[in-house]
Amino acid sequence: MSAGFKYFFNELKRGKLVGYKCNDCGAYTCPPQSVCQECGSENIELTELRNKGTLRSLTTIYIPPTGLEDEAPYTVALVETNDGPWIIGRLDHDPEKSGQDLIGKKVSIGCQELHPVDYYPDKEGRVAPLFKLEET
Amino acid sequence: MREMRDVAVIGVGHTKFGLHTDKSLVDLFGEAALQAIHDAGVDRKKIEAIYIGQHGGGITDGTTNLGGFMAEELGLRGIPSLRFEGACASSTVAFREAYREIAGGWHDIMLVGGVERLLSAGTSVGTKSLASAVDGIYESNAGLTFPGVFALAARLYAAEYDIPLDELREKMAHVSVKNHKNGALNPLAQWYGKYGDLTIDKVVNSKMVASPLTLMDCCPMTDGATACVLAEGGIAEKLVDKPIYVLGAAEAGAGGIYRQKAEMIRPMTRIKSSKDAFEEAKLTPDDIDIVELHDCFTIAEIIASEAIGFFEFGEGADAVAEGKTKINGKLPINPSGGLIGKGHPVGATGTSQIYLVTKQLRGDMDPMPDELHVHGAEAGMTDTLGGDFSTLSNIILSVRRRGE
Ligand SMILES: [Zn+2]
Repeated sequence: MSAGFKYFFNELKRGKLVGYKCNDCGAYTCPPQSVCQECGSENIELTELRNKGTLRSLTTIYIPPTGLEDEAPYTVALVETNDGPWIIGRLDHDPEKSGQDLIGKKVSIGCQELHPVDYYPDKEGRVAPLFKLEET
Repeated sequence: MREMRDVAVIGVGHTKFGLHTDKSLVDLFGEAALQAIHDAGVDRKKIEAIYIGQHGGGITDGTTNLGGFMAEELGLRGIPSLRFEGACASSTVAFREAYREIAGGWHDIMLVGGVERLLSAGTSVGTKSLASAVDGIYESNAGLTFPGVFALAARLYAAEYDIPLDELREKMAHVSVKNHKNGALNPLAQWYGKYGDLTIDKVVNSKMVASPLTLMDCCPMTDGATACVLAEGGIAEKLVDKPIYVLGAAEAGAGGIYRQKAEMIRPMTRIKSSKDAFEEAKLTPDDIDIVELHDCFTIAEIIASEAIGFFEFGEGADAVAEGKTKINGKLPINPSGGLIGKGHPVGATGTSQIYLVTKQLRGDMDPMPDELHVHGAEAGMTDTLGGDFSTLSNIILSVRRRGE
């Protein structure tokens, strides 16, 4: 049984990126799910992942879904964490200057609390990973 | 594999794609369904079950439980009538299940179709409806939209295959130019008579939706319905002159793009689904004469053409830029205009593709012009993607029975 989405977001709010480590193949699963995301094993245990990663793709959204009009434009990014799993979140960077050149950059993983919207499982609000570009 | 009976498409129906503010989901489906039934020349009362694909009715129209209403609309109260949901692949999923029902001997004649009303819902609600096909928690929280998924894929494609983004954007624009050219000639298409003279510059410089995808990289929001009648092979031959046989019907599922990682541009779901469909059909990609595939965005067509095996990974962008996928090219892809030129009423798209391939293989293009006809085509394929590569289904159709 997975720890569930709320646990993941509550830990993220406390600065912790949590997931599972597989006792069979050693892979990390993040965000949490019922079995190892790489080998399917149920022999997994809760763990904390390093909150560092590499930016693998990004897009600036100009046409948001209903309820998010006040947030656009915003940049959604796909980050490969240093422990393997890829996660989706917002990029903390000028959305008009978030281009292809940022792919491959190192990021730290924090969190952003966003207002609640209809048609979302968490009625108290949304929490999303927030990626900050590391100084190089 | 267990013993399976032959199954054929014997009738097809297709509403005009576009804006239908004055027609409900049930109204629209009724129109396409009667067309398909009349096209088959089958007694309506002989239909034993109805399977429909529908995605966003809960958000766009405030209605979800549509199965029974469709049976009632067609005077078929009492028969099993079910709604299938697989996002943009909903009606392909419904089609595959119906095919299996008939192949397995549970039914002889079935009606399959799909319907959606996205354009009349408005951009904001329509975008939300589409966005409900991505991961509802770990992608929705950040506000990832459907164009956003493919924007992430486009940038990843450029990075992984080491193509300068501007160069990739130009190659992607060829998909839009080609599909709009075809769609402008298709009277069923949302963009009929429009954008036939689109240029690469216009695609690249149109309004940005989700960088690097512009409005002209995207299929439009669309209202519409489609349907087809399926029958067991022997019954099909008695009812119509040219049954179009279903040789393969496969499907695969996966989670969000964050689980698929870099494989999102070589989607495992599509590789598996198309491979299974080819194996069942006893055909290879070389045997396919015409394809209607899921070009919800320009980059989506390129990724699909590679994963199915028509082109090598990383070479699909060149193939379209070189004209290999035009109507007179080596492999015509989306001669109808595809989702980009024809429109994408999500739940109706899969059986729209079935309609189009059936028309091509029959050589009866009406109401579409002969310019869109791929002459001599004997085997065709459909490819429909739901969610972020999470539901993938492929159907292979032919003028011949399996193994003939
Ligand atoms: Zn494992």
